[in-house]
Amino acid sequence: MSFESKEQADKYWKENLRIMFKLLAIWFVVSYGCGILFIEQLNTITFMGFKLGFWFAQQGAMYVFIALIFVYVKKMNDLDKKYNVEE
Amino acid sequence: MDVQTLTYIIVGFTFALYIGIAIWARAGTTKEFYVAGGGVHPVMNGMATAADWMSAASFISLAGIVSFTGSDGSVYLLGWTGGYVLLALCMVPYLRKFGKFTVPDFIGDRYYSNAARTVAVFCAIFICFTYIAGQMRGVGVVFSRFLEVEIETGVVIGMAVVFFYAVLGGMKGITYTQVAQYCVLIFAFMVPAIFISVMMTGQVIPQIGFGSELVDGSGYLLDKLDGLSTELGFGAYTEGRKSTLDVFCITGALMVGTAGLPHVIVRFFTVPKVKDSRISAGWTLVFIGIMYTTIPALASFARVNMIETINGPEMTGTAYAEAPSWITNWEKTGLIEFNDKNGDGKMFYSGDERNEMKIDRDIMVLANPEIADLPAWVIALVAAGGLAAALSTSAGLLLVISTSVSHDLLKKNWAPNISDKQELTYARIAAAVGIVVAGYFGINPPGFVAAVVAFAFGLAASSLFPAIIMGIFHKKMNKEGAIAGMVLGLTFTAAYIIYFKFINPGANNADNWFLGISPEGIGTIGMIVNFVTAFVVAKVTDEAPQEVQDMVESIRFPKGAGEAQDH
Repeated sequence: MSFESKEQADKYWKENLRIMFKLLAIWFVVSYGCGILFIEQLNTITFMGFKLGFWFAQQGAMYVFIALIFVYVKKMNDLDKKYNVEE
Repeated sequence: MDVQTLTYIIVGFTFALYIGIAIWARAGTTKEFYVAGGGVHPVMNGMATAADWMSAASFISLAGIVSFTGSDGSVYLLGWTGGYVLLALCMVPYLRKFGKFTVPDFIGDRYYSNAARTVAVFCAIFICFTYIAGQMRGVGVVFSRFLEVEIETGVVIGMAVVFFYAVLGGMKGITYTQVAQYCVLIFAFMVPAIFISVMMTGQVIPQIGFGSELVDGSGYLLDKLDGLSTELGFGAYTEGRKSTLDVFCITGALMVGTAGLPHVIVRFFTVPKVKDSRISAGWTLVFIGIMYTTIPALASFARVNMIETINGPEMTGTAYAEAPSWITNWEKTGLIEFNDKNGDGKMFYSGDERNEMKIDRDIMVLANPEIADLPAWVIALVAAGGLAAALSTSAGLLLVISTSVSHDLLKKNWAPNISDKQELTYARIAAAVGIVVAGYFGINPPGFVAAVVAFAFGLAASSLFPAIIMGIFHKKMNKEGAIAGMVLGLTFTAAYIIYFKFINPGANNADNWFLGISPEGIGTIGMIVNFVTAFVVAKVTDEAPQEVQDMVESIRFPKGAGEAQDH
């Protein structure tokens, strides 16, 4: 076991899951929420020459996806350091 | 110089480059053959994964699909990029820590069962073959249009090139060739997109031009497109026509399917550390995103351009006698047809009874440079890009097929005593056989090539994805649950698709679908079936043995990953 104790290991895993679910919630909202479920409501708003819902579905969601992965990498690397389990 | 000579020069040059790289990076051990020795830089791996992922379909067909379906086409854009978030957050780092060569390796070890491994091998091979047939066909189409050779000859040339670098170089050769192929294909895709964006909106960046006003003063691009589409009876471009539930399910199946595709997952075994695998997934999506955010822009430019060229500035039609050369060029291939219904000698394109044109979606990218009157070298470049996309994906898929046979079936199942050298020989033989089979399907395409794409994603979504996720996040999940889940999820999805696509295609419409969900989206339901079955079965059987649970604990943090291990 690379952790100091079983509690440490459990805490690390819990924090890991919290980061993951938070980011997945954003992932869900921008793609399924803005791009699909609420697209019609958002389409009544104009954004930089686009209808907003359409923009999310064909542009915005993809930019957010990229950002999400880089945020995840940063947070996980910090977490690994905090618990001293980095390679 | 004419287009054809230029195409020969550019395509010839790129092929020489790929072969040169293959000779430089040939594999000597199984580890180099399977995972490129595990020493690939994360940015390089990102580029290679992007090329691996973006197939002939992404390059040639996707912009056309979006162009013809408008808002409904978003499912592909969302689905095929959103899956990478799942890969990066829920799968890649843990699978890298686990440190084996293949996806069936993980499933077999995690569920302590050769039966589970065999189910996974079956899924992996099936998914890869359905995919690769389409790629070889793509190679043939590009060759026949741009180099004016027979489709068969084109397929054989493509086979020879892939054979050379995949069989010789394995993952190592493929990785570095894919980096080169990414550069070729993204350059080939972006150059015409930028040209057209500048011509139509004055913006250099197509993603910005997409939301800009047109230079001819007729207002915003998308407003104009909505107006044109509505007037011609297609319905507004920026509004969807599919049911929300169906769109939801299709996007889900494509996302989850992407995250379950073995040729994508295996690429992340090639980087040195767990940390590298996380960032590598980020880079992959950056490289894919460059093309995928350009696709919808290009789709709308091309749509306006095409409608205006055919229907003329007055929207009354253009005389066929004065048709631009691209129309007659593509008529020869049968991808455009003109039927002068009202006998006025003018072409007219619409979504209602006035329509006189039949236009294939696939020409939107290939004919785009001609429609926009771009220089000949740009047209030649598009041919090279299409080939790069098809070849890079074929090679990645072949590698999975060959590893599945030599490693998962032979080494781990039937002949555990073969040496590293023998295993490598079998891997090469399997790759060679794979190419021949793929080439056969490329030359004699089964009528259902387009239909089987839904198959590949549906199967990946309903079989491999849930098994991997439960393997990581539910340490008590046992082999009974996982196998039952995979088998039932797979059977349900396959039965639904086979029924509507092959047995009773006449009934393939929303009235007969289960809850209005199309065969393209059924993978999402299959995935749920898999999860539910697995949990129920696991509840009534013994939980996974302690050493397996300890193994799952150990893949949940990076320390001590080391390199990909044989055992």
